[in-house]
Amino acid sequence: MSTDSAEAALREVELSPEEEIILKRKELLKCIQCGTCSASCPTAFAMDYTPRQIIAAIRAGRLEKVLRSNTPWLCASCYYCTVRCPAGIQFTDLMYELKRMAVKRRLHPSGSPAFYQAMVATVDRHGRSAETELMIRYYLGSLNPLGLLKLAPFGIKMLLRGRFPLLPHRIKGRDDLGRILDHLAQEGEA
Amino acid sequence: MAYSYYPGCTQEVSTRAYDLSSRTVAAALGLELMEIDDWNCCGSSPSYSLREVETYALNARNLALAEKQVPGGEVLTICNGCFGMMDKTNQRLAQDPEVRAEVAEALAAADLEYRGTVTVRHLLDVLVKDVGVEAIKQKVTRPLEGLKVAPYLGCAFSRPSGIDDMEFPTALDDLLACMGAEVVEYPLKAACCGGVLMMGDKQDVALKLVRNLLAEAVRRGADCLATACPLCHLNVEAYQGQVNSRYGTDFSVPVLFFTQLLGVSMGIGKKELGLGQELVPAGSLLAPYLT
Repeated sequence: MSTDSAEAALREVELSPEEEIILKRKELLKCIQCGTCSASCPTAFAMDYTPRQIIAAIRAGRLEKVLRSNTPWLCASCYYCTVRCPAGIQFTDLMYELKRMAVKRRLHPSGSPAFYQAMVATVDRHGRSAETELMIRYYLGSLNPLGLLKLAPFGIKMLLRGRFPLLPHRIKGRDDLGRILDHLAQEGEA
Repeated sequence: MAYSYYPGCTQEVSTRAYDLSSRTVAAALGLELMEIDDWNCCGSSPSYSLREVETYALNARNLALAEKQVPGGEVLTICNGCFGMMDKTNQRLAQDPEVRAEVAEALAAADLEYRGTVTVRHLLDVLVKDVGVEAIKQKVTRPLEGLKVAPYLGCAFSRPSGIDDMEFPTALDDLLACMGAEVVEYPLKAACCGGVLMMGDKQDVALKLVRNLLAEAVRRGADCLATACPLCHLNVEAYQGQVNSRYGTDFSVPVLFFTQLLGVSMGIGKKELGLGQELVPAGSLLAPYLT
């Protein structure tokens, strides 16, 4: 593939300067397509494209396909690929970057970030993760109240062992946390 | 030795046995844990998946609070996930001046400052390296003789931090051996439990990984698994019922926090170790060792 057509394909989804740095970092050019990452990945069996294929696709300028795939959302962050890569590619970190890019452009497979968004909303509100509120937000947010019902037997077992969090723990410094996050949100807009 | 202590969110309720047994065992070994005042969630991989700098900021607030408590001190974590996130933040802030400046400005909005003097540690690592297995052995009064334990550390203890071998970490083996337990050769000791995938729309994938972990433990003749992370623990313990109904298996493998087993071997009672909160009963397995 010529450099020109690769450039053209990348513009498929316009890149910000930061994203260009991420996707065109020299590191990715060092990939020898050996497949150590794919062979090490415990969830590759369920992925649309394996880690090795993701790098090949990015280098071929097929970013949109990558962002629409389920692959980044199947990364369990085990870091096997990263620590085993003979070229030193930080693949797990790349997966995180791809998730953020996909959400920003709304190209992600539908539903994939819903749980993560529910967790972030809960943490930002209370300063702590609160499993019950998190699951309610997740299932109602993804319009799947049946999912909550299915969880009930599990919840009852946990409750009987004193392991079911009824109320969220809230930190005192919620306002401080809000100021920290707001500051970054404003920076992002500026 | 005094440490700033970061329990982590799941330890408040669903795995509070880990917090309880960690505090108990640490005290019995002469470690002073000072809980970080008003700590917040580390954000874990869900937050990091959606926003990078904000997640560093969440962790930097905790590091700043710990630094205020003990300048140049060590933060002790008991969750692999929190450990990984805080350690990553610490390293990024040290290496990347741009990120450091951005986070510093955000912290300043809450009158906080982090100067980067704090080190992040995992309790298991501290026990094995700082306290030392020989010193711990002196405290073992009820050796876990005949108890076959598979050491299950999961990912983020040693990957990518490198505080132990990234393929075959040995810290947990060493500690279990000094408790007198029979350490089962468990090649999946650093394999993935599925982590956060257990919640959300990828649960099937995580259940498959947990099934593999349990099947291997059974094949190797383990009586139980020992864990050092609440997320690994929840996945392999609390979700065993879901694994069984999905795969038609009948796993009933008790899973205990390494701190609970250590406490038992030191003659500490059930209550102080949070024993009895298991979904997969461990009572009869541990009965011979409990005073």
